[in-house]
Amino acid sequence: MSLNDLFTEIILDHYQHPHNHGLISSPSHFSRGFNESCGDDIQISLLVEKDIIVDVKFSGAGCSISQASASIMTDIVRGKSVDQIKTLAGKFYDMVKGNEANPDEDLGDAVALQGVAKFPVRVKCATLAWHTLEEALKQQK
Amino acid sequence: MIRNHIKSDFPIFSYWESRGKPLVYLDSAATTQKPLRVISKVEEYYSQFNANVHRGTYELSQIATDIYEEARSKVARFINGLQPESVIFTRNATESLNLVAYAWGLNNLKEGDEVILSEMEHHSNLVPWHIIARHTGAVLKFIRMNHDYQLDLDSLRQILTAKTKAVSVVHVSNVLGTINPVKEITAIAHDAGAISIVDGAQSAPHIPVDVQDIGCDFYAFSGHKMCGPTGIGGLYGKYDLLEKMEPFLGGGEMINEVFPTTSNYAKPPYKFEAGTPNISGAIGLQAAIEYIEDLGLKNIEEHEVALGDYAAQRLAEVEGIRIFRPHATGTGVISFTIDNVHPHDISTILDAEGIAIRAGHHCAQPLMRKLQVQSTARASFYLYNDRSDVETLARALEKAVAIFSPRKKANVLK
Repeated sequence: MSLNDLFTEIILDHYQHPHNHGLISSPSHFSRGFNESCGDDIQISLLVEKDIIVDVKFSGAGCSISQASASIMTDIVRGKSVDQIKTLAGKFYDMVKGNEANPDEDLGDAVALQGVAKFPVRVKCATLAWHTLEEALKQQK
Repeated sequence: MIRNHIKSDFPIFSYWESRGKPLVYLDSAATTQKPLRVISKVEEYYSQFNANVHRGTYELSQIATDIYEEARSKVARFINGLQPESVIFTRNATESLNLVAYAWGLNNLKEGDEVILSEMEHHSNLVPWHIIARHTGAVLKFIRMNHDYQLDLDSLRQILTAKTKAVSVVHVSNVLGTINPVKEITAIAHDAGAISIVDGAQSAPHIPVDVQDIGCDFYAFSGHKMCGPTGIGGLYGKYDLLEKMEPFLGGGEMINEVFPTTSNYAKPPYKFEAGTPNISGAIGLQAAIEYIEDLGLKNIEEHEVALGDYAAQRLAEVEGIRIFRPHATGTGVISFTIDNVHPHDISTILDAEGIAIRAGHHCAQPLMRKLQVQSTARASFYLYNDRSDVETLARALEKAVAIFSPRKKANVLK
């Protein structure tokens, strides 16, 4: 396993300069997710209008993988429908678990997280933001 | 002094060496590696003496019973307990502390009574008391920790009242390595009419322990943190207290007579050992105790303190590091953070170098909040670690800093 596959420029850039960081003041949906074992903590707030994500922000603290994954995710889910997000999340899980060697181009910068598949203990860091997003969409705030 | 080449006593090191991935194991506060002597003893038990204990009417069962009870005596002598019957075999320190919380706490605490813990407890000495407090209405209070990561005994004296029924503290912190003055704490507790409980999970493996000298009423420890197998631990309790306590778990082995709707119980320690115990674990634990006694607990302690001191000094050279270790009573546990490099990322980078450390909250979330960190990285040393392990760690940490420092990255990752 090469650290190069994990700590890519894109990951480090999103970690050090996260996009869409903060909380939406009046979100339509919200959820908070934890990785109990390592202390990652991510809060996702959403503004959903007519089934489309019109705004999304994340806050929290954690490792580079969890934070970069959240930052990248906020970029790619904006403007997508709730159904599209479910499909994307599925594709993302397949990629980081190593079930899909040729990730869908819809995943955008998230493809930078493909190397996580070689680090099984880091999979839950990468998926935390996506699980938290899916949880938020289930909960009408 | 710990003799050279001690790693050769532990097969796991030669296994990984032979696979071309030498193991730098710095997570002994989580669990220690096992010497061949312990592994062989467990194998010998299953190969030669396996039978259930305390109920067989045949020779093999008697042999199994004798060696199981011999292990109990060994444990009692190891911590200088008054009598073997004061030692209850459990799965680990967590179960031992739960046993006290349930079997003593449920029946001795009432609404408004107080149990005093400390700000540096492991979850195993917090959560059982949360549960018991909810059942009984007892109140939990906390001894404060000062800026040198030591317990402030004045704060203990201040919060003690006539309602304080128990003081339960960790002997050696699994995060900070602080050695707490449990003898003094016990004396203060007893003066106030409270019992004293000591979580010895991180003391029994590392420093000489004498429960009579400490004077505590209960002392809990785990076998797997002191070269023994997983799934075996112990609780020492003062015999008169054990006699008065209700059982913890019910079932076979712990009874005297059973009727359809009632039962009465065996004497301690059997009252607290329901079901077939971990016989091979107890025998492995005895072998582990013999192993560390041969090395000498005082030697182990000196070795670890020296290594911890050296590591604290060497790691201080790493850019952006913050070390959480008391100046006064540091041991072989070094928790730290590095600016801009998350502990989990540190752990992954070290893992790629064959170095095993722990990253996270170390089952001490309230302490993490007190330290104002979300998590830390922790290197914990044991008798088989040496200065070269510290050097390997320090270099890998320097690499981690470089990876997360963009201007240097290109030179580090190839």
